[in-house]
Amino acid sequence: MKAKTLFEKIWDSHAVYSIEDGPEVLYIDQHYIHEVTSPQAFKGLDDRGIKVFRPKRTLATADHNIPTKDQHLTIKEELSRLQVEKLTENCKKHKINLFGLNHKKNGIVHVIGPELGFTRPGMTIVCGDSHTSTHGAFGTIAFGIGTSEVEMVLATQCLLQTKPKTMRINVNGDLKKGVTSKDIIMYIIAKLTSGGATGYFVEYAGTAIEKLSMEARMTICNMSIEMGARGGLIAPDKITFAYLKKRIGKLTDKEWESQLRKWKKLKSDPGVKFDKEIKIQASDINPMITFGTNPGMAITVTGNIPLSGGLEDKKDESFLKSLNYMGFKPGDKLAGRKVDYVFLGSCTNGRIEDFREFASLVKGRKKASNITALLVPGSKLVEEQVKREGLLEILNDAGFELRQPGCSSCLAMNEDKIPAGKYAVSTSNRNFEGRQGPGARTLLASPLTAAAAAITGKITDPSEFIN
Amino acid sequence: MPKEKINKLESTCVPLPIENIDTDQIIPARFLTATTREGFGENLFRDWRYNKDGSANKSFILNNKAFSGKVLIAGKNFGCGSSREHAVWAIYDYGFRVVISSFFADIFKNNSLNNGLLPIILPEDLVLNLIQAVQNDPGVKVKINLEEQKIELPGSRKAYQFEINKYKKDCMINGFNDIDYLLNIKNKIIGFEEKKGIT
Repeated sequence: MKAKTLFEKIWDSHAVYSIEDGPEVLYIDQHYIHEVTSPQAFKGLDDRGIKVFRPKRTLATADHNIPTKDQHLTIKEELSRLQVEKLTENCKKHKINLFGLNHKKNGIVHVIGPELGFTRPGMTIVCGDSHTSTHGAFGTIAFGIGTSEVEMVLATQCLLQTKPKTMRINVNGDLKKGVTSKDIIMYIIAKLTSGGATGYFVEYAGTAIEKLSMEARMTICNMSIEMGARGGLIAPDKITFAYLKKRIGKLTDKEWESQLRKWKKLKSDPGVKFDKEIKIQASDINPMITFGTNPGMAITVTGNIPLSGGLEDKKDESFLKSLNYMGFKPGDKLAGRKVDYVFLGSCTNGRIEDFREFASLVKGRKKASNITALLVPGSKLVEEQVKREGLLEILNDAGFELRQPGCSSCLAMNEDKIPAGKYAVSTSNRNFEGRQGPGARTLLASPLTAAAAAITGKITDPSEFIN
Repeated sequence: MPKEKINKLESTCVPLPIENIDTDQIIPARFLTATTREGFGENLFRDWRYNKDGSANKSFILNNKAFSGKVLIAGKNFGCGSSREHAVWAIYDYGFRVVISSFFADIFKNNSLNNGLLPIILPEDLVLNLIQAVQNDPGVKVKINLEEQKIELPGSRKAYQFEINKYKKDCMINGFNDIDYLLNIKNKIIGFEEKKGIT
């Protein structure tokens, strides 16, 4: 039998039908929806007078536009409220499971899917959100789709897709102190650029990846889209199985064993050829931070902004426009610069481990007076765990408050906006112009680097604080 | 929104020679609270098009009366970032029917093809030449024939052949949707579920 990549194994087992000279019909096991990209899809079904084909395969949450304070009160912003109400109405009408606002399992779609055991190895998973790639950490084909495609999945549980090319990124060796999975993926994106993996589905492999927890792996897969990749995945292993064992109830030992046998086959065959292969040494990676307006524009926290955007002069117009927006100049050093805001949260870094890392660094220290901090758990369960583990006390003692779950300041659809001109060290995934509010200046970094900035009030290498 | 069929088109162009234009620039997240597909055009490129006080930013290309047309020409990696289809709806609602770039982000390209907005990929030097030609004379036109996958550029007698998936081309020319196709093969989908033992 021909050697196959993990991606090809999952894809081939979900291909319903191939159109001649066209895309393939791909069956979708798990569909996640949220309030922002689904209303027009449901309207499409209503206009056609059709029902959701397999309602049990869709799970809904409200996360993008919801407030992260006083969630028990009515949403103040009228259009946001209507959108959340519309989702509730649509889910009720079509018998879709909804973990809506104030539900004890509510949270960011890419946080709750895995933590509630819906995301499982070998699945095909889609959602009207580009960070659906997060779920690839479990050895799934998971990718973001548009609203027309949300409608297709609701109506037929299938999508028409063209098979992407395959790329493997191998990260081997040991990470330095203060370096996290966020730094790994930011390093990779900086190397490949923000369009460098367009057209590819990426598999992350190597000894440095194998040592990572599920939370850390999700951070890496989450940002695959930031280099243009259709998605990113990691072969499931004993760390994956241990994570799932705790989250999948209702299975007898025999059923669990049978699942395990299938999941253990989910890896790329030895000697299989990828369209592109990249090798990275983990020890080359340092804490990273972005300086521009796309996630590919990143340097080490202690480094200097490059003098130009590339080798060719013609690229510099976009490069300089970006630096101008950020208020930086070519060659500038970032470390030591004052910042105004710190945001811990999002589907990239809003999980329990991220709060543990942030808390470990701020423990026994105090928030800098010039910093406004937004600490937003990725879900109600994360919020609960932060309290249960005593992290909230550590955070409060250091002068931080905890907000309620939601996408929050990552895309600033709700009130959690960074004011124009202000600098925010953010653990989210995008530093686009205006992403965190009109005129806001985003510096993407890891939870540790965010914590270091929150304590010092400046851009600071977190390794200084780690023994 | 009602999707128009598209095949032949001759139009002037609007050049936007910036790389990595993300969907947050095309339509900022704060305008995504609508529950319909219409009306996004007025906020297309909102934060580049308008000043903070709401007045038009005169230096932005959409506010320059010299440039108009159904074709937008953009720098490489156009449409990166969020999967929001609202970006395509905004571009379409504004009046564009074609976007030319040397490189499109995947999800944006799919969303375009699903909404009657034709993404044409040309080599980077041709895109740069075209931008230059339009900037020199906003009156020059491109001539597109989707059936033949040809685009005639100003100042060049030879038409350039562009790539598009045959299935998607047929959909655009005939105004078909993927969803129509999928609904028509529902028996095959049910057969697949039965074979796999899933429902």
